[in-house]
Amino acid sequence: MAVDSATVKKAAHLARIALPEERLEPMAQELNGILAWIEQLNEVDVEGVEPMTSNVEQPLRLRDDVVTDGAKVEAVLSNAPKAADGFFVVPKVVE
Amino acid sequence: MSDLTSLTLKAALDGLKSKAFSSAELTQAFLANIEAANPRLNAYVEVTADRALEMARASDARIASGEAGALEGAPLGIKDLFCTDGVQTTAGSNMLRGFVPPYESTVTANLWRDGAVMLGKLNMDEFAMGSSNETSAFGPVVNPWKSKASNADLTPGGSSGGSASAVAADLCLAATASDTGGSIRQPAAFTGTVGVKPTYGRASRYGMVAFASSLDQAGPIAKTVEDAALLLRSMCSFDEKDSTSLEVETPDWTAAVGKSVKGLRVGVPAEYVMDGMPAEILNLWEQGQAWLKDAGAEIVPISLPHTKYALPAYYIVAPAEASSNLARYDGMRFGHRAEGAKSLGDLYEKTRAEGFGKEVQRRLTIGAYVLSAGFYDAFYVRALKVRRRIAQDFDEAWKACDVVLTPSTPSAAFAIGDKQIDPITMYLNDVFTVTANLAGLPGVSVPAGLDAGGLPLGLQVIGRALDEATMFSAAAALEQAAGFTARPEKWW
Repeated sequence: MAVDSATVKKAAHLARIALPEERLEPMAQELNGILAWIEQLNEVDVEGVEPMTSNVEQPLRLRDDVVTDGAKVEAVLSNAPKAADGFFVVPKVVE
Repeated sequence: MSDLTSLTLKAALDGLKSKAFSSAELTQAFLANIEAANPRLNAYVEVTADRALEMARASDARIASGEAGALEGAPLGIKDLFCTDGVQTTAGSNMLRGFVPPYESTVTANLWRDGAVMLGKLNMDEFAMGSSNETSAFGPVVNPWKSKASNADLTPGGSSGGSASAVAADLCLAATASDTGGSIRQPAAFTGTVGVKPTYGRASRYGMVAFASSLDQAGPIAKTVEDAALLLRSMCSFDEKDSTSLEVETPDWTAAVGKSVKGLRVGVPAEYVMDGMPAEILNLWEQGQAWLKDAGAEIVPISLPHTKYALPAYYIVAPAEASSNLARYDGMRFGHRAEGAKSLGDLYEKTRAEGFGKEVQRRLTIGAYVLSAGFYDAFYVRALKVRRRIAQDFDEAWKACDVVLTPSTPSAAFAIGDKQIDPITMYLNDVFTVTANLAGLPGVSVPAGLDAGGLPLGLQVIGRALDEATMFSAAAALEQAAGFTARPEKWW
């Protein structure tokens, strides 16, 4: 299952990373190396095995559905690249 | 006063309690060490000297009035992925340069509750993705140890390279760290320090910059097993703010340190003998078995048949989780934002291309690939099934043994730049540690010997879930038998 530059470009787009053209081919080679190594997982008999997504075998806790936090506009915006009047300011995206 | 900094955490706490010295004096001594060493070792990315002295004076006041907490007045280093209120937290990334959290992580909040003093924030691989601290946007950390064979700068391992280097060079009494595939235990092994990853769910992940949430776990790096047990106790707690936090008591693990290992069944997995494993590692491992046997333990050969699949499974699961977790860095609410983008999509892509380093970009791309339509079942779901096989291997092993003994790493510390040629060579560093992450088990690395070049080597003890106590007893027995007293020669 060889990965080529076009596949890398697609995956990088899915990850929302602008990869420059000259990085596509080297990245394809790196990915191929890693994927070839990962392919050994196909040797494992996983018939009837449930996928393991967590080490914690407890049901998710529920808390009371009440407001426990809030009124921290300043704190929430304190690291915004741009903020004004209690709002995040983002570039215009709708013409 | 500089000898104060070579004290263990336990000895320093005793000295503070008996007023042999003050926390302010101790803190000053560490700040002086950091000032002298950091230009060469690059262990700290930020030193919070004023805050440290303020905290130290407050500790001295509490000691004077008899209100001392469990870590009262102890100066610690904090890995830069624990959010610290009002102090920059970067996770080693340009993406978070200048990010100042308006809140405190639960782990660090627990430390301040117990009276600890923060010296500063410690360097690390970017978003904890690395095994050599070379992926940090703040440059690599240098290991205080040097090989007799060469004067080259060595890596302290990673991703908690700053934590390990700082503890080994007496730049703090002990440090917080985090472990997703071996990021506490591998650097501990490379620096002659003790590193513990507790059972998944013991330490809260709230306020820890996320890498792979089903694997990430906080833990300490310290000078002795007892110190690690002390610090771990303060770090752990049940926390409603972390949905995977375990609602269990945090025991006093120092009680387990020094406890007899007579009758303890120590499993030695056949599959951990790897092709091309250096004889020194093999010999140390056998020596470790002999030490525990001499102390009254029983050595039991066990089988963990899916061991060789652990790293490949990890390199699907971890990047997949990372690609989802790190989607939050979109340049909108916090972190870096690129200038001059032509569209929204362009802004995201440019922001992330500028903010993330090469290794992070590589892993996020792999993550997106293995989760993408058509590959999800073949890669991601299969890896999760293999993960269960690995966990089942341990379930089976616990029928025959109480702890598992393995080497911590396949080699001693290597030179900076040595393993950057090929990602897989770098990934193999975690071959002995990653199984504990996948299965959620506690693991500790204990310094146990030196290689031919005079560099430290570690042995790892893996315990049953939530049975850190037995793990600590075995680790302390190894520590005592090894009598590891070597220290790096001060060249910095």
